[in-house]
Amino acid sequence: MKAPTRQLDVDLAIEFAGIRSPNPFWLASAPPTDKAYNVERAFAAGWGGVVWKTLGEDPPAVNVSSRYSAHFGHNRDVLGFNNIELITDRPLETNLREISEVKQRWPDRALIVSLMVPCVEESWRAILPRVEATGADGIELNLGCPHGMPERGMGAAVGQNPDLIEQVTRWCKTHSRLPVIVKLTPNITDIRAASRAAKLGGADAVSLINTVNSITSVDLDRMIARPIVGHQSTHGGYCGAAVKPIALNMVAEIARDPQSAGLPICGIGGISSWQDAAEFVALGAGAVQVCTAAMLHGFRIVEELQDGLARWMVSKGYRRLADVTGRAVDNTTDWKHLDMNFQTIAHIDQQQCIQCGRCYIACEDTSHQSIAKLAEEDGTRRYEIIEAACVGCNLCQITCPVEGCISMVPQSTGKPFMSWDEDPRNPFRELA
Amino acid sequence: MNDSLKHLPQVGDVIAEREKVEAGFRDLHPPLTQRQAIIESQRCLYCHDAPCIEACPSDIDIPRFIREISEDNINGAAQTILEENILGGSCARVCPTEILCEQHCVRNHHAECQPVLIGRLQRYAIDHMHFAQHPFVRSADSGRHVAVVGAGPAGLSCAHRLATHGHRVTLYEARHKPGGLNEYGIARYKLVDDYAQKEIDFLLAIGGIEIRYGQRLGDNLDLDTLERHHDAVFLGLGLGDNRRLGLDDENAPGVATPGLLPATDYIRELRQSDDLLQLPLARRCVVIGAGNTAVDMAVQMARLGAEAVTLVYRRGVEAMAATAHEQEIARANGVRILTWARPEQVLLDHTGRLAGMRFERTELRDGNLAGTGETFEIGADAVFSAIGQCFDDHSLAEAGELARELGRIRVDGHFRTTRQGVYAGGDCIAPGEDLTVQAVQHGKLAAEAIHQDLMAQQEVA
Repeated sequence: MKAPTRQLDVDLAIEFAGIRSPNPFWLASAPPTDKAYNVERAFAAGWGGVVWKTLGEDPPAVNVSSRYSAHFGHNRDVLGFNNIELITDRPLETNLREISEVKQRWPDRALIVSLMVPCVEESWRAILPRVEATGADGIELNLGCPHGMPERGMGAAVGQNPDLIEQVTRWCKTHSRLPVIVKLTPNITDIRAASRAAKLGGADAVSLINTVNSITSVDLDRMIARPIVGHQSTHGGYCGAAVKPIALNMVAEIARDPQSAGLPICGIGGISSWQDAAEFVALGAGAVQVCTAAMLHGFRIVEELQDGLARWMVSKGYRRLADVTGRAVDNTTDWKHLDMNFQTIAHIDQQQCIQCGRCYIACEDTSHQSIAKLAEEDGTRRYEIIEAACVGCNLCQITCPVEGCISMVPQSTGKPFMSWDEDPRNPFRELA
Repeated sequence: MNDSLKHLPQVGDVIAEREKVEAGFRDLHPPLTQRQAIIESQRCLYCHDAPCIEACPSDIDIPRFIREISEDNINGAAQTILEENILGGSCARVCPTEILCEQHCVRNHHAECQPVLIGRLQRYAIDHMHFAQHPFVRSADSGRHVAVVGAGPAGLSCAHRLATHGHRVTLYEARHKPGGLNEYGIARYKLVDDYAQKEIDFLLAIGGIEIRYGQRLGDNLDLDTLERHHDAVFLGLGLGDNRRLGLDDENAPGVATPGLLPATDYIRELRQSDDLLQLPLARRCVVIGAGNTAVDMAVQMARLGAEAVTLVYRRGVEAMAATAHEQEIARANGVRILTWARPEQVLLDHTGRLAGMRFERTELRDGNLAGTGETFEIGADAVFSAIGQCFDDHSLAEAGELARELGRIRVDGHFRTTRQGVYAGGDCIAPGEDLTVQAVQHGKLAAEAIHQDLMAQQEVA
């Protein structure tokens, strides 16, 4: 029995695209949200909402055996995760009944239903009222599934075509009163084309990213990529920690796109800690979805996600998530707007240095030869930055195994802010 | 040895459970499992100019072999080790890594204080190597024939490296098995399962090496003859003699005081024993000395079932040659470490057998060790001296022109003695530090020097 503790002075509850949720942590449409049993366990664990695993037209999809594979770190830490599973393989009626029952039992939680039906208006018109009848809070359009479904003209096959995104979104807005969240695929060249199309179609929000086309590894004995089905493999959807940087960029691209201004964003992609979640929010997300971390650790991680985020918000004086949303967007810009006069230089804290030499060899072999290796009289070694040669690339800081040992110190150059457009070294300055 | 301790009961007379005794002589540090090895290998930071390499007397590229383990390239890791240290398997087990590679690991710094377990990773690589073909090849026969005296770590390492260069080698070994200290002098739980012999079998698989046993320099072997029959001679004689306590009633040559003997004699017997229960047991045991041999002796007697084992040293613990790790093992096995006392007199019973020892308390006076005059006695069934070994001059009595230094053989930077064509390495030379790994390095480098010199002769001719 735990002792009662002081309530933190922060409110994690959100209203996202008209959908209320006690906290911003939702489970993404995926195996963990495939049926009532899992979803109720998730709600019991504390998740603010779920996006029910994608429903389609009957007959339901059929899945293969062997469905996941991983990109492992050397210590079997899962860096990235891949799946070749299709949308729900249960009858539509079963899912709709369970959604209805779960929503009745958990009225305060956000319950969004993911949908994927053929790209014809009739199909959408048919399914939308049935979903609405369950009492669900909103729908998410699965226009991003990269494996299997595109071969049938659905999923990413739609999401890679902005005209189709706009069309499908408009059908949904026409035939349903529910908020419409359009889930975007990252397997395109410019994510903004997709978000603009969703907005034009009347979307209430976008969510991203769906999974990335991937092969995680190859069995070098059998010469088959993974995951292995019989003697074959196929590309799958990549997710987990490794895709976070890709997702963060795409979220930021949309958040700072004037043509998508005001479009709520639900951040998805490799979120495993409260810091990851806060980063998505800082770059414009109003809610986040999690899948891989829950699949690897179980639903209880939502406790640490909520607690960590809440304590951090209190420490920074934020009262609600909306205070954080988009805080880092204005500081994210195009390369040409960066300050050409900014100069930062590495500094090694000799007290913390363990003399491993990793910074030295990285700089010496692959960068700017800006670290000197000195031998002390007692035979120990000492590494020092050659400030005149340091370009401030951060490589030494990145390779240093001791966090905080190497810091990047901004220099006062006395020069004013100067963008590339203003830089006399820019041969196209006049044009700019 | 048996003569000196034959009046004592056997282990089996006192301890009934064979399993209990034998359990005490299994691997002191069990080998890493694959999972443990992978996790541990991940801790290596792959340092540039790694301090662990600098600290390794045999120059093993440690970060490389650890990275190879982490990438599941076990044969690659093993070869990285063996190409610098052909006895890398036994060194992994017997090296005092806590004062060598692991002491210099950057992960020792205050934030972590936990080095990568380099020794145990090295053992993992060697234990799990599996070569379809022997990883070392012999060069074409050079027509040269080198004599290597002593099949201990120095001699074996030298012989192997000479063989790779295509020279024929005859190893002359005084005992009936090769291995030297690995076979006869290491605590049983540090090298188990006849590992020394298995390792030598692998080493000899290079070919071109013949071993002749029962060949003792100074007895049935002399340097002049060796020089006549070979193109070069390497002496890896080790330390054949024990320092004496210098007391009345201490064993004079040929006169044994029952119950008093060098620890190395007992350890040799223990290592060779097929049945631990037949070993003589000193229920009350005193060991005099402060090095790793003293600790090995004390701990092994404790594990055989002794009731009271006392290790006596004339100075403080900080001056002990046994590493802190070894001292910890001793304490964990119930060995009492008694400092600032030196032996004064052997105590005998009415039958002339050892009954104990009288010690005088010592102190530092003006920086010098001095007796305080205060004495005390410890009753004991046996007293083992482990105050260091020394070079047995008898072996080279005839070889007058071989210069000595600090009581051992003098060599130059290329392991050449003062006698042309005669080289030496390992514990028998002046800079010897009584480390297996250093003996291996000496043998290896001496072999390279011999090879260079032989090739130079060939060019001149």
